[in-house]
Amino acid sequence: MSVQVRYDEVETGAELAPTSYQATRLSLVKYCGASGDFNVIHWNERIATSVGLPNVIAHGMFTMAQAGRYVTDWAGPGAAVVDFGVRFSSMVVVPDDDTGATIEVSGKVEEKLDGNRVVLALTARSADTKVLTRARAVVRLL
Amino acid sequence: MAINRDYLGRTYPAGEPYEVSRVKIADFADAIGDPNPVYRDRGAAQAAGHPDVIAPPTFAIVISMASSARAIGDPGLGLNYAMVVHGEQRFEYSRQIVAGDVLTADVTISGIRDAGRNIMITTQTQIRTVEGEHVCTAHSTLVERGGAA
Repeated sequence: MSVQVRYDEVETGAELAPTSYQATRLSLVKYCGASGDFNVIHWNERIATSVGLPNVIAHGMFTMAQAGRYVTDWAGPGAAVVDFGVRFSSMVVVPDDDTGATIEVSGKVEEKLDGNRVVLALTARSADTKVLTRARAVVRLL
Repeated sequence: MAINRDYLGRTYPAGEPYEVSRVKIADFADAIGDPNPVYRDRGAAQAAGHPDVIAPPTFAIVISMASSARAIGDPGLGLNYAMVVHGEQRFEYSRQIVAGDVLTADVTISGIRDAGRNIMITTQTQIRTVEGEHVCTAHSTLVERGGAA
């Protein structure tokens, strides 16, 4: 379990350690099932390429979930994400191999608010392209 | 097939309540690859100050998608789902979703606009308990590629 971050110990401008997450074809199949989003572009290469995509792409929500995991792993088990928004600026293309795509998430403390809340500015990249922009999470710490 | 812009502002009332189970939260956490015990172990969640197992911050999409499927999948709206990608997403929580919650979600089509060759469709989903307590507002922007062409 991750360490609990205390509001009083957090400094504006602090950088969070970048973390990488994998998205494989199996990840996407599991995410289809758990989320109920069975859009064919997330599991069917034939149809994905026929509608002009480079290959099967990850659910935007899978990428956002990795950014969410990054936030909650940093903030600790007693924290609460109270506002979380992202823009999906590019697709995460997931090849049919054992490695899949890598999503690297980084972040920093942008602002401290009242009520023990902090604003994290997040970035996610895959294949040297930003896949999340305008990504912000407001987290209530202890 | 063109988007029917008359659907702007249309609200789809909440359907059957959604019961949040520990099993579903754990299943979702498995699918996003997150081993955090507060999504699986009631004792760990309570030790961290939560009433029960909590849901990951993007879990509300499960409930909002089940609801917005009625809007997005409405044949009258005319969306070509294979051409749809996710543009933006935001969740505003009044409180975390906890196992045992019984939630309802109504969805409103809050925006339909052109962006070059694409069409951007925005929905706003209000997630509340059956008692009426606000839990989360989910804002989604979907992009139909080539939809404006």
